[in-house]
Amino acid sequence: MCGIVGLFLKDKALEPKLGALLTDMLITMTDRGPDSAGIAIYRAEDSARSKLTVQADAPDTAFDGLAEKLSAALGAAVSLTRNDTHAVLHVPNGLADTARKSLRSVAPDVRVMSFGDTLEIYKEVGLPKDVAARFDLPSMTGTHGIGHTRMATESAVTTLGAHPFNTGLDQCLVHNGSLSNHNSLRRKLQREGIHIETMNDTEVGAAYITWKMQNGATLGEALEASLDDLDGFFNFVVGTKDGFGVVRDPIACKPAVMAETDQYVAFGSEYRALVNLPGIDDARVWEPEPATVYFWSHDTAPVSKKEVA
Amino acid sequence: MQTIDLETSGLRDLNATLHAQAQETNQTNWEIINPKGSHAVAVGLDAPIEVNVKGSTGYYTGGMNKQATVHVHGSAGPGVAENMMSGSVIIEGDASQYAGATGNGGLLVIKGNASSRCGISMKGIDIVVHGNVGHMSAFMAQSGNMVVCGDAGDALGDSIYEARLFVRGSVKSLGADCIEKEMRPEHIEILRDLLEKGGCDAKPEEFKRYGSARRLYNFDVDNAGDY
Repeated sequence: MCGIVGLFLKDKALEPKLGALLTDMLITMTDRGPDSAGIAIYRAEDSARSKLTVQADAPDTAFDGLAEKLSAALGAAVSLTRNDTHAVLHVPNGLADTARKSLRSVAPDVRVMSFGDTLEIYKEVGLPKDVAARFDLPSMTGTHGIGHTRMATESAVTTLGAHPFNTGLDQCLVHNGSLSNHNSLRRKLQREGIHIETMNDTEVGAAYITWKMQNGATLGEALEASLDDLDGFFNFVVGTKDGFGVVRDPIACKPAVMAETDQYVAFGSEYRALVNLPGIDDARVWEPEPATVYFWSHDTAPVSKKEVA
Repeated sequence: MQTIDLETSGLRDLNATLHAQAQETNQTNWEIINPKGSHAVAVGLDAPIEVNVKGSTGYYTGGMNKQATVHVHGSAGPGVAENMMSGSVIIEGDASQYAGATGNGGLLVIKGNASSRCGISMKGIDIVVHGNVGHMSAFMAQSGNMVVCGDAGDALGDSIYEARLFVRGSVKSLGADCIEKEMRPEHIEILRDLLEKGGCDAKPEEFKRYGSARRLYNFDVDNAGDY
């Protein structure tokens, strides 16, 4: 099954509560996906620094001296903030992608969960309430975020197989469904030079979006193209540095419900994920249409919706 | 009236209490508060009782209903009134996917919109939707009536058998073997009765009727293009 939640805040007054609200939504979706859980959160931006969220199975040894090693490799100051099995590496602006590549040689036992200016991703195997507790997700503040509870179908129950998947600078994606052409698409994307880490179908969906955008598509165009090129069932919820998008496949058999008020836009696999949001009783609640891309952004018009024939 | 608060009483207790109502129960009026999207609210009822749910529900509300009237004062999640036998289920808001699926009898009224696959494989149920229905509605419908006061999405009545479909608005596309049919006086009467039962003030004359062309009843290779 899998459960997806997402919350995009319009009202800054709610920002201190983002982590708590998302955690509550995530835990409600436990019975849709008890195998692993993850959250992608867009947190306050340090205008001079970008972030890499990394994970290690043996964090005590893996994170020891990691900032110094990466500083030496980059020739620039790097600092590290640890959070359980994860850590955020702060690197000078513009070096996030270089740092991501450097880490493969500097610290091969460290896995990159996300890279970007504001994005941080925390994910682990286990029940959502346990994952939320170990990273203290409820205390996190931010502008928007997405989360996922996984019932594994297409690949192993591992941290790397958990969602969200980071698909490019400050981009991430969660998925409910299963893709049936992920193996052939994985080979095609790998031939195009796209790095894919796991055998997970969702990572292929995420990599596809990245590939499209590297070739000039906007996020909206990439999501529209996914309707033609991805086979199977998918509800995708995506996050960008300033935006939040939703797309469902044309058959749309995976459940989805959205709510919008003056304060936020929210997504849940089920309505009960939304019931504790402030003002939900007066929210506009609807089911997103199949083969339709929905997108909200802090930077542009508050809502855009495009139906693909 | 009996009130059950789902925040303090568990779902199993709720359904067990409702199942325990005998045919001649004096406690005919029940109110359920704080459903908060719970699944399987008031399922498997078999007594002439009225259950008012104050708020929105999750999956399978009122499923397998016999005799009872289940009234949701909110929206309902996937599979509302699935496999209903008799009685009625009324949704004040919207209904999610496959509302009224495989229903054998009774009446389902959705005052908002219904999502995809409304009435899939319906087998005798009557469904009245005040708003729109989504794609693949009445897929493989076998018997009963579906009334749509708004529009219907893609592939209405795909592979339909004998159900009657009445649509007032537009139909995005018809599914395999579903065709528009003549609206005869007896259909106007059936529709008038359903609109009245469903609390719609639409006029029967505003609707078009759709049903099976009966070409897919037996496999015939000449029909391959229709499958």
